[in-house]
Amino acid sequence: MSEKSAKKAPYIVPIGPTHPALKEPVMFNFEMEGEVIKDVDFAPGQTHRGIEWMGMRRNPIQIVHLTDRICGICGVSHTFAFARAVEQIAGIEVPERGDYIRTILAEFERIQSHLLWAGVAAHELGFDSLLHLTWRVREQSMDVIENLTGNRVNYGIVQVGGVRRDIVPEQHKIIEDCLSTYEGLLSKLVTLFLEDRSIHMRCRDTGVLSKEDALGLCTVGPTARASGVNVDLRQDYPYAAYGDLDITAILPDQHMGETRGDVYDRIVVRLLEVGQSCGIIRQCLDQMPSGPVTAEAKLAKLLAICKKAQGEAIGRVEAPRGECFHYVRMDGKEAPANWKVKASSYSNLMSWIPMLRGEQIADIPIIVASIDPCLSCTDRVAVIRGRSRSVLTKEDLHRLSVEKTRRIQS
Amino acid sequence: MEGNLTPEQVVERLTRTCGSSIKETRITENREGVKKNPNYNIWIDLDRESLKEAIKTLMEIHYPHFSVISGNDEGDTIRLLYHFTIYYGTKHGEYTVTFGVRLPKADPSVPTISDLIPGTVFSEREKQEFLGVRVTGIPDSRRLFLPDDFPEGVYPWRKDETGIPVSMIKNLWEVGRPTDRPAPPAADKEMCDLEKDDGTPAPQKPQERREGQE
Repeated sequence: MSEKSAKKAPYIVPIGPTHPALKEPVMFNFEMEGEVIKDVDFAPGQTHRGIEWMGMRRNPIQIVHLTDRICGICGVSHTFAFARAVEQIAGIEVPERGDYIRTILAEFERIQSHLLWAGVAAHELGFDSLLHLTWRVREQSMDVIENLTGNRVNYGIVQVGGVRRDIVPEQHKIIEDCLSTYEGLLSKLVTLFLEDRSIHMRCRDTGVLSKEDALGLCTVGPTARASGVNVDLRQDYPYAAYGDLDITAILPDQHMGETRGDVYDRIVVRLLEVGQSCGIIRQCLDQMPSGPVTAEAKLAKLLAICKKAQGEAIGRVEAPRGECFHYVRMDGKEAPANWKVKASSYSNLMSWIPMLRGEQIADIPIIVASIDPCLSCTDRVAVIRGRSRSVLTKEDLHRLSVEKTRRIQS
Repeated sequence: MEGNLTPEQVVERLTRTCGSSIKETRITENREGVKKNPNYNIWIDLDRESLKEAIKTLMEIHYPHFSVISGNDEGDTIRLLYHFTIYYGTKHGEYTVTFGVRLPKADPSVPTISDLIPGTVFSEREKQEFLGVRVTGIPDSRRLFLPDDFPEGVYPWRKDETGIPVSMIKNLWEVGRPTDRPAPPAADKEMCDLEKDDGTPAPQKPQERREGQE
């Protein structure tokens, strides 16, 4: 490096604002010293859609279709959380069978989300054959979801008061087939991910989040669990069918004997949770009570009940990425007086800062992806050195990452 | 579960430290599934002066997980709700604890709690821009979600004259194609001419169908 440019260090490397490692684009500013990240700052909200504002002008029956579309992956979680809040205010009791079907759907959502994430993680490391394997096996869970709900995304199945479709006996076989496939595959996937030398080299002690930081920065879900924080709504806070089941939060030390809070531990937690979800679905199918699936099938009647409702409530569920939180206040009008959505990634974004500090530029894609912000990858990076400006595309970043894998292998 | 306080004891402990500044307390219980195991939600309304004291007490009970701050425009006041959970990690033992504070619109200021729990700064930034409250002592007062060119003095969640004005609302069907963009690479396809007879059966006119139904 010439003396002239060395004087200008640290360099500012902005990434974004179009940055599909998040479902909404985010603007990163990295302060670099050579290849090492000294500091990082980010600005989310590049495509804030004002969904809460829209919701406060619509009735709950309409809002469930908005909540389906908050996230492309968590179509069940957001609607589930919102419906639980409204049900508590309006005093609607969901039939037990409805609770069980909601639980089964939420767990299938977790399976497909975690497998999708595992594929992205493999891709970010340059391990594309593993990406293809995980995404191929993920298709079976998508097929089951389509069979159960009618849709691959935007399921439109959870309604205030219950669900809109039952699971009939003929569908049990399809679910069972899918579960046994995954249970058979899981040990293979665990071997492929956790015993691979390159994944180990790239992910062990990379992007570390200490337990103290995880607690202080309010992280949730697999990101928090990978840092050793024992937090899982399904275990801690009985809702839907989860209160009936035997669930223990998955922490990395159960499998690895220690917790390091790095990217590797986040892979461990998510892979094992796929197996856990299969077990939960199986328990639900075995114990499924009979009866109706919704408290009120007639939407006009349901709306009349919601219109009279007064009060406030919290609806929380464990989404694939952690706690999904909806606060709703109704005051006897058609639309809620207040509605606040807290998606799980909202709580996890701040943990990027301690994770990225001190790491290398080639590690940005895997660390950013490791909290599972949403599942695509870094789009383009503009590197500004002095007055000259070059744009790193997603392909360039990916190439840097692959080159690093090769370099440390040789 | 052993050693954990019951929801009533949590409320009692908070009432002891914050005393008369607590206006209202409420515990809701919710039972779902077949076994109907309960989950508990604690709601406490208090003065903003004792908010930090209450959170400190909560931290002594169990380091709380902070979820989010939600807020509501109530006319003359803005009510902020600080949502926490405690006793996570114990089977069926978690409670949500919500502190509600009312801020007069003439002085909508509230102390930051990010010195106690650093992760709250995100939500405090959001409340500043969406509700127009002032968080005193906030380490980072930049906007969070709203774009840089969003007008000053407009707060989307307010229900008074500082809320989103009608002029800012775009109805998608009225917007049309933007005029200040470069020309699209391909020319627009010609609109299908319904009157022209090209041998394909003409689509049924919606008006006729409506009459038939009535």
